[in-house]
Amino acid sequence: MAEAVAFYIVAALILGFGVLVITAKSAVHSILFLVADFLCVAALYVMLEAQFLAVIQVMVYAGGILVLYLFVVMLVNLKRPPEAHRDPHRLGRLGAVLAAAIFVELAAIFAVGWTKPAEVQGTLSPNNVEQIGRALYTEYLIPFELASVLLLVAMIGAIILAKREL
Amino acid sequence: MVETLIVPLIMIVIVIVAVLTAVIYMVLLERKVQAWVQVRYGPMRVGYRGLLQTVADTLKLFLKEDITPARADKWVFTVAPIMVLVPSLIAFAVIPLSRDLTLFGLKFPGQIADVNVGLLYIISVGSMGVYGIILGGWSSNSKFPLLGSLRSSAQLISYEIAVTMTLVTVIMLSGTLSLAGIVKSQLAQGWWFGFMQPVAFFIYFAGGLAETNRAPFDLPEAEQELVGGFHTEYSGMRFAFFFLAEYTNMMVISAVATTLFMGGWLQPFPNVLWLGFLGYIPGWVWFLLKTFGFLYVFLWVRATFPRYRYDQLMRLGWKWLIPLAILNLVVTGLVKVLV
Amino acid sequence: MITTTHYMMLSVALFTLGVIGVLTRRNVIIVLMSIELMLNAVNINFVAFSHQLQNDVGQVFAVFVVVIAAAEAAVGLGIILALYRNTETVNIDEMNLLRW
Repeated sequence: MAEAVAFYIVAALILGFGVLVITAKSAVHSILFLVADFLCVAALYVMLEAQFLAVIQVMVYAGGILVLYLFVVMLVNLKRPPEAHRDPHRLGRLGAVLAAAIFVELAAIFAVGWTKPAEVQGTLSPNNVEQIGRALYTEYLIPFELASVLLLVAMIGAIILAKREL
Repeated sequence: MVETLIVPLIMIVIVIVAVLTAVIYMVLLERKVQAWVQVRYGPMRVGYRGLLQTVADTLKLFLKEDITPARADKWVFTVAPIMVLVPSLIAFAVIPLSRDLTLFGLKFPGQIADVNVGLLYIISVGSMGVYGIILGGWSSNSKFPLLGSLRSSAQLISYEIAVTMTLVTVIMLSGTLSLAGIVKSQLAQGWWFGFMQPVAFFIYFAGGLAETNRAPFDLPEAEQELVGGFHTEYSGMRFAFFFLAEYTNMMVISAVATTLFMGGWLQPFPNVLWLGFLGYIPGWVWFLLKTFGFLYVFLWVRATFPRYRYDQLMRLGWKWLIPLAILNLVVTGLVKVLV
Repeated sequence: MITTTHYMMLSVALFTLGVIGVLTRRNVIIVLMSIELMLNAVNINFVAFSHQLQNDVGQVFAVFVVVIAAAEAAVGLGIILALYRNTETVNIDEMNLLRW
């Protein structure tokens, strides 16, 4: 019962903030709504017993990536107001088409999804961090190392792209 | 039902009241300590030898006019002080203040919430504290605050990296992320982690000085440099919030340093039998003593060292502290594997 | 009773919001943020299934998605900064130098 109430509140907040992200006029307000959105998603992860992912979401996504977005928006916003040209009807038409398509998809999920769920395939230990750490270092070691190389490449690439003179 | 709802509520009230009172008296303590270092007395008139000075200051800030700059972004301007204060306060939820007690028949755990990712939780709410600073400077729509906030936030996110790496070495030593578990593992291993990891301790404290924008890393908010930095345009209670947030951040850094490196609520020499009489002093008294020791070092450092220039500051963070932290991590790993 | 289907529907709705954001907004930074919304929707799906199947693969994959999102955000914003320095705009309608 309490779980249902919590889920509906958090889900409403996530979707509400999501709508505000894509419809806010100022980019800085969009980023702030996205921060709130990510914090609610982290709360959702805690409800799904993925505590490590929840703190990673706050630390990396809300506390790192969005700070980067905020910096870039502040560097770019200094001279002119954003979205000087915008077709006011485009949002309405395209949004209606997409919403209709997704409604059909949701109905399909409803129709198919109320059947027998798949069985449990493993165990989730209460020591969430240890389990994920063990998996990352034994079974998924190669993707882990590749991810670290990817981050290194992204770091170098971002520095070179954003420098004023090489 | 009572245990899951009433007990944490009581603890939350106690912790918030204690933190805010401590923060208010920190303001006075800072002025007094700086004065004594400079061979003078500090505030002496209000109350007995100046003890009510902060009450007077708070009243003054309450009654000041609440100015919002003309073309500032009103909502962001209002939200920024809140976004600085709230992350600092909620970090106290996982810090273990004492061993589990049983008072009046109710079981009080040592901390408000024993999260199994407690240390990561503190790091993550610390990284959320950057937002208030960036937004405070940006929303004031004026040059000095913007420059101050950009410098301050760049400094914060740079030193976050070195600090996080030192915390990883602590996790390697203790084997658990929960802060209560870290204190218990210090009890089990007999040595406090500050003595087993002196380099990490030093880097954590130096990084903590930089994270809270305290001297000698306080260029972004020093009055002689940038008028007031990111809180120039704030007045009255909003300025008080930024002020409170800075001191609360200091308290969080001190409390986390106490828990991770100095044994938390443990008495000195917990495993030595003939010193067992020290165990009669409650755990939270030891915790407060150690935390205030760290806070005193914060103030002492401010009164002693000159300020770093901004490029020196960034160079120290990126080119000295981060390689040192990585080296410490590698050496700790090697020692744990080979020994 | 909250089943995995509820989480899937939430994930679909969030994904739609992301797609609408990508297709209708003209500020390229907001487009990138809508892509982050889509990645989060996918993550919610992964974690919900990890919870249902009691398997940790979903959470591990979600960690990798976060890592990729970080790398992509850094490089994407670097590209935007370089574009801004050359064309003085962040409106993607105006970045049409390759058109005939």
